Amino acid sequence: MENHRPPIVEIRNLSKSYRRGSQVVPVLEDISFDIREGEFLALMGPSGSGKSTLLNLIAGIDQADSGSIKVGGIEITTLSETELAHWRAFNIGFIFQFYNLIPVLTAVENVELPLLLTSLSKRERREHVEVALRVVGLADRMDYYPGQLSGGQQQRVAIARAVVTDPTLLVADEPTGDLDRVSAKEILDLMGRLNNESGKTIIMVTHDPRAAERAHLIKHLDKGVLNVSDPAPH
Amino acid sequence: MFLIRLLIKNAFRHKLRTALTVLGMTIAILAFGLLRTVISAWYAGVEASSANRLITRNAVSLVFFLPISYKDKIRQVEGVEGVSAANWFGGIYIEEKNFFANFAVEPQSYLDLVPEFVLPPDQKEAFLRDRKGAVAGRKLAEKYGWKISDPITLKGTIFPGNWDFTLQGIYTGRDKTVDESQFIFHWDYLNETVKKVLPRRADQAGFFIVGLKNPHLAAEVSTAIDAQFKNSLAETLTETEKAFQLSFISMTEAIVIVIRLVSFIIIVIIMAVVANTMAMTARERIGEYAILKALGFGAPYLAVLIFGESLFITSLGAALGIAATFPAARAFGNALGQFFPVFNVAPGTVYLDIAASLVVGTVAAVVPTVRAVRIRIADGLRRIG
Repeated sequence: MENHRPPIVEIRNLSKSYRRGSQVVPVLEDISFDIREGEFLALMGPSGSGKSTLLNLIAGIDQADSGSIKVGGIEITTLSETELAHWRAFNIGFIFQFYNLIPVLTAVENVELPLLLTSLSKRERREHVEVALRVVGLADRMDYYPGQLSGGQQQRVAIARAVVTDPTLLVADEPTGDLDRVSAKEILDLMGRLNNESGKTIIMVTHDPRAAERAHLIKHLDKGVLNVSDPAPH
Repeated sequence: MFLIRLLIKNAFRHKLRTALTVLGMTIAILAFGLLRTVISAWYAGVEASSANRLITRNAVSLVFFLPISYKDKIRQVEGVEGVSAANWFGGIYIEEKNFFANFAVEPQSYLDLVPEFVLPPDQKEAFLRDRKGAVAGRKLAEKYGWKISDPITLKGTIFPGNWDFTLQGIYTGRDKTVDESQFIFHWDYLNETVKKVLPRRADQAGFFIVGLKNPHLAAEVSTAIDAQFKNSLAETLTETEKAFQLSFISMTEAIVIVIRLVSFIIIVIIMAVVANTMAMTARERIGEYAILKALGFGAPYLAVLIFGESLFITSLGAALGIAATFPAARAFGNALGQFFPVFNVAPGTVYLDIAASLVVGTVAAVVPTVRAVRIRIADGLRRIG
């Protein structure tokens, strides 16, 4: 990875805790690191280590207790709910473990969803959707409902939905966690291609070392502390 | 358009649940519409009453009569255009269950004062000529299969004996609010017979129908008429026809209140049912709402989805309910025609049905929308999988 690229994500002294009854449970403690443009970062760690919470904070779907998160130069910890929603629509592409597609919408309609928040015309939206579905190799399944697709295909639709707005950042939370080995490999190949060929910056939370191997950089979280930073072995 | 398609698709995700909710709404709107129509039917006489007419009756009670000589004195009161004497006859046709309103009236003046009874000229002339002639409303004639020139016998209850009439006319209502199930005949025929068999009850009228030159002067004319007979043996009470009709309704007001209350209770019950459906729906989809929020959809989008789905379900139920109300009201009106001669679904009832469905749909969606909007995205996403 080229180190001279500017950081797209800058995290400084980030802390987050949850309240469980009267107890305050720290989840992230004083986290600081940068993610550079075009990087593919894997966040690893045991369950409860805070990796999904960190991902949620970077994606602007959770609020930090203290610290700063800048994405593309924008300090997102100070944005209001509405501003954050607008910011997410144009800057973040989400890939979830359970695909999280809307079951009553076809593949085309699911991918079109984020584009409804843009000023694109119906025809332009359709063009973008078709390109995104072609990129993930589902041009022949456009009018299928999620229930008619395999897990791997559903995840590819979810990836198409994540990239259709051409966001600044792709965040993936255990994207292969619900897939068999073959489908998982296909998804990781696809994410690798998006990173290598389209220059997408990807942050992926995973338990799976094989998935993490695809990243340029692996960061380990343990009990809310970022303690090791390894380059991936390729 | 996309959101409308999505909310309609959402509405049919659980087909059975949606079908049952729509059915519940349909039945509720049907019941609400019928009960409102019963109330309208109750007030049909009031609605049909003319602002141009006053009713003068005995101040003590309607069961006491007034001397027929009052007629000329009333006619001389400033602002009075015409007067007609009438008596409630209370006759029975063959057997008691065949109840309908029947009055002895002064034919010419009565028909002049009640133009909403539309009678063909030849029938009117025949009726005026024949002292034993009678006129029946269209619905009444249809019910008993009466035709012009048919002999009809009523058994008197207030005025004993068998009273023979010849049907000389069949009137139709000028509009849908007019009662087409009344029976009228010559007051002279009644009076002449009463003179022979019950002389002390002769030359008396049950009430006078008073035509006004100017309906705005109803209060002044009423006061002037009653002043004429102050301190007489038979003091009068003059009121507008509307007030006269309302005085009958007031006797049964408790029933109307109960019907009105029940109609609103039905709406409250269906509101709870739809609210429950929407709460279940929103609870099941909380993860999806979290995803939509993560994708950047704000509260207004979620509100459109949830309110839209709720309103779609209630509107569908209301549309079916309203469509069913008309044939049901027709059947109801046919079965209970003797109690409710005018049983029509009023436009106001349809508007109330629509308003009720909008209120139910809106109220049912409030709590689920608030929950969906307030859910933290991270918490919502945790519920998936």
